[in-house]
Amino acid sequence: MTTTTAEPTLSFDDALAAYDPAMGLEVHVELGTNTKMFCGCPTEFGAEPNTQVCPVCLGLPGALPVVNEVAVESAIRIGLALNCSIAPWCRFARKNYFYPDMPKNFQTSQYDEPIAVDGYLDVELEDGSTYRVEIERAHMEEDTGKSLHVGGSTGRIHGATHSLVDYNRAGIPLIEIVTKPILGTRERAPEVAKAYVATLRDLLKALEVSDVKMEQGSMRCDVNLSLSPAGAGTLGTRTETKNVNSLRSVERAVRYEVGRHAAILAGGGSITQETRHWHEDTGITTSGRVKSDAEDYRYFPEPDLVPVAPSEEAIEALRATLPEPPAERRKRLQAEWGYGDLEMRDVMNAGLVDLIGATVAAGASPTAARKWWSGEIARRANGEGVDVPTYASRLGVTPAHVVELEGLVTAGRLNDSMARQAWEGVLDGEGTPTEVADARGLELVQDTGALEAAVDAVIAGNPDVADKIRDGKVQAVGALIGQVMREMKGQADAAAARQLILARLGQS
Amino acid sequence: MTTDLTRATAAELADLLGAGATSSREVTQALLDRTAAVDGAVHSYLHVDADGALAAADDIDRRRAAGESLHALAGVPIAVKDVLTTRGLPTTCGSRILEGWVPPYDATLVTRLRAAGLPILGKTNMDEFAMGSSTEHSAYGPSRNPWDLERIPGGSGGGSSSVVASFQAPLAIGTDTGGSIRQPAAVTGTVGCKPTYGGVSRYGLVALASSLDQAGPCSRTVLDSALLHEVIGGHDPMDSTSIDAPVPPVVEAARRADVAGMRIGIVKELTGEGFQAGVQARFDEAVQHLVDAGAEVVEVSCPSFTYALAAYYLILPSEASSNLAKFDAMRYGLRVAPDGVDAPSAEQVMAATRDAGFGDEVKRRIILGTYALSSGYYDAYYGSAQKVRRLIADDFAKAFESADVLVSPTAPTTAFRLGDKLDDPMAMYLNDIATIPANLAGIPGLSVPSGLADEDGLPAGFQVLAPAMADDRLYSVGAALEARLTAVWGGPILGRAPELTEVSR
Repeated sequence: MTTTTAEPTLSFDDALAAYDPAMGLEVHVELGTNTKMFCGCPTEFGAEPNTQVCPVCLGLPGALPVVNEVAVESAIRIGLALNCSIAPWCRFARKNYFYPDMPKNFQTSQYDEPIAVDGYLDVELEDGSTYRVEIERAHMEEDTGKSLHVGGSTGRIHGATHSLVDYNRAGIPLIEIVTKPILGTRERAPEVAKAYVATLRDLLKALEVSDVKMEQGSMRCDVNLSLSPAGAGTLGTRTETKNVNSLRSVERAVRYEVGRHAAILAGGGSITQETRHWHEDTGITTSGRVKSDAEDYRYFPEPDLVPVAPSEEAIEALRATLPEPPAERRKRLQAEWGYGDLEMRDVMNAGLVDLIGATVAAGASPTAARKWWSGEIARRANGEGVDVPTYASRLGVTPAHVVELEGLVTAGRLNDSMARQAWEGVLDGEGTPTEVADARGLELVQDTGALEAAVDAVIAGNPDVADKIRDGKVQAVGALIGQVMREMKGQADAAAARQLILARLGQS
Repeated sequence: MTTDLTRATAAELADLLGAGATSSREVTQALLDRTAAVDGAVHSYLHVDADGALAAADDIDRRRAAGESLHALAGVPIAVKDVLTTRGLPTTCGSRILEGWVPPYDATLVTRLRAAGLPILGKTNMDEFAMGSSTEHSAYGPSRNPWDLERIPGGSGGGSSSVVASFQAPLAIGTDTGGSIRQPAAVTGTVGCKPTYGGVSRYGLVALASSLDQAGPCSRTVLDSALLHEVIGGHDPMDSTSIDAPVPPVVEAARRADVAGMRIGIVKELTGEGFQAGVQARFDEAVQHLVDAGAEVVEVSCPSFTYALAAYYLILPSEASSNLAKFDAMRYGLRVAPDGVDAPSAEQVMAATRDAGFGDEVKRRIILGTYALSSGYYDAYYGSAQKVRRLIADDFAKAFESADVLVSPTAPTTAFRLGDKLDDPMAMYLNDIATIPANLAGIPGLSVPSGLADEDGLPAGFQVLAPAMADDRLYSVGAALEARLTAVWGGPILGRAPELTEVSR
């Protein structure tokens, strides 16, 4: 039985007082190709077990692999987006080990000849500074099947009466992206790790090569971590925490392992080089498989495949398909839209960038776009547990609605409060902003006589305030405008009321 | 009619079928009857599919009667080595570990045979996973040489060589990783061709060593091999290592049998010492026949061939150790529970099954290969072997500058006795000394009978090698030699083999 109790840990601050963390992050990304890496089987998620299989991905005797060209193109695009060099000639290799969910008992992967090497990814931290994560390599490989252990209490192999294997996932194309050692991050190690994975996720999404859903396992992170005495500049023995499958968990796993390593080292112990299991629920890691020197995958070039040798022209053609890097795009849009840092971050976090972009493109002002997509609709979307774009598309609310709403305000038909009512109507499914305004009778009163009467009455009723304004304290006008609006039951144009008051009191 | 259909060549059968002088059912039935009579003694087959073959024959007869245009070999039956997957027919690779496995798919080559209308008679015996030179490593017992039932029919494809030599089939498919088509052909007085690597699809060929394996034709005449070569050859998108080019004009070459002006290179390292005197004598005569037919003889040297066997026995086991890892009892084939273990783990079942399901030679090579690929040994073993492989290819390239084809005896000796070399793996491995270099370099090779050795009256083989994708040259030389020798012998060499029905048990 494995232990599932937490081991002693040192507090993060105490750990850092004595040790420097070093990290290496390995991210596996399932490519969103229609077919598998080496056969024509579909890759759809969630199909009935063992329905998306053929002699090739089941590893039946005699079957042979054929490389999926789209997967190779995706790999090259990922490599280019990570500022890597693309190998003009590379091969697949067999990684040999026995496991029931691996049909051939070797994984077709890449070893010493990866398709992409030596890149970097700039990661923006919360304080606005940038950390450059160096990329060692990105290589292509196939996924394994999935074992389901039945009869145990936790779905783990221990205590299970039997296991079932689903080979639907076997052969799905994966790209493994491996960083060089991430050093010198000190107390920001957890933040850097999380920000790297988040930035990488955004990049892969922008590349449209994967749906990068960590919760479905289409993006998985292994965290290698070691500590060395503070300032020593050496690398300690590492552990590899497998399958850390959310951004928050990446941060927590780093923090936990720093504390655990520190406690062992501080107690005079030494770290066992091993894989660790991450437990999302308890936030701890437990011992997995010991990685000893005896582990030997006996890599050798895959003799059933020919080398991948993309031409210079092909690589450049793929480079031309790269989207603007998300970080650069964000900076550009922030400048174009005139948002503050906080506003931009809120917009990013709410996943509104594309929606706002479309709304601005449709003719709305950036301010209005941000205002209408992040107010009431965000509250409602949150209540439904979805993001705004999803919610909006579910309701059929589009950028055109925002453009129309802003137009009604600009044209002077609606004031701000009326516009909010109209927007609520749109969200309630009552129609377009104009239709809602018509139906609800939302219309600023354009009758200047009524406004003049109201203004005169309010001035007469507030002689002290009126005197102040006459004496030049123009800011006091707000109190009078409020009263005018009440007199008019909200149907007045505040700007017109202000203008009229100031004119009556000799200040315009 | 008086023609013995079992003795007819594939080309003759094709003519008879085309002329309506016989039916595919009649031919197929005659061959099945022959098998019933002699295969108890020869043991060429692991599985005979009489019903399937007759159904395919009837289908062809029906289509021919309906006036459909058919492939020239349509209706000519064939036997297939048990290392190729056949939908609905057992495929064991001569191993216990695949006992009872019925593949759900056809090898590309089998698909092409079916499409051309060749009824598949059955699956032929072989050394387990094609590891051996005698069929003695078959888990289902050895095949025997029709020339002398106490002798080996060669290996690994001894089932395919003996099935054509004993007139149970005019054609068979073999596979050749280090000589498994050519050496069996040599010791049974038949013809066998290993095409250029990538010339015939490997999809559905259960891999021994992926970079060396190549399927090819077995027959009693050079023309028959060429006809079959043309059916199974050509590009297959399911095999990444398949060459995307037309099949070389092998049939035309076999029909013309023209060697006038051709430069024949004798490989110095593959003659003389180590070769049985009678084998060498037949080889020398054969060369003289080619000279008489207008060829020119040159001597070439391939010094790296000295290391070929050593390199081969590192590369082959390395690839095999990985290729055979899939046989683990999890998805198909044999499953053995370990003794005395109450609730065995998957790993324990894998180990017990592989222990029970693999024979000694297979285990020997898996262990060799696992060792050669291990970290710390890889460079010294697998790495060095790959370098030797390159040197051998360079030797060939240089030799082909001065010669159009290279020739040698196919195997150093005639058929040895069953059991003679079973306990001496090195002696067994040395049988392939002349055939292995072609596999390492990926070039094509053909073996044709050169006559009977004086000392034992058993067949010897003459090997022809050509540059990659020049397979047609093999057939030119093979057919020219065959024509002259047949004239000298007064008929096919197999006419001199003992009547099996007289000696069958």
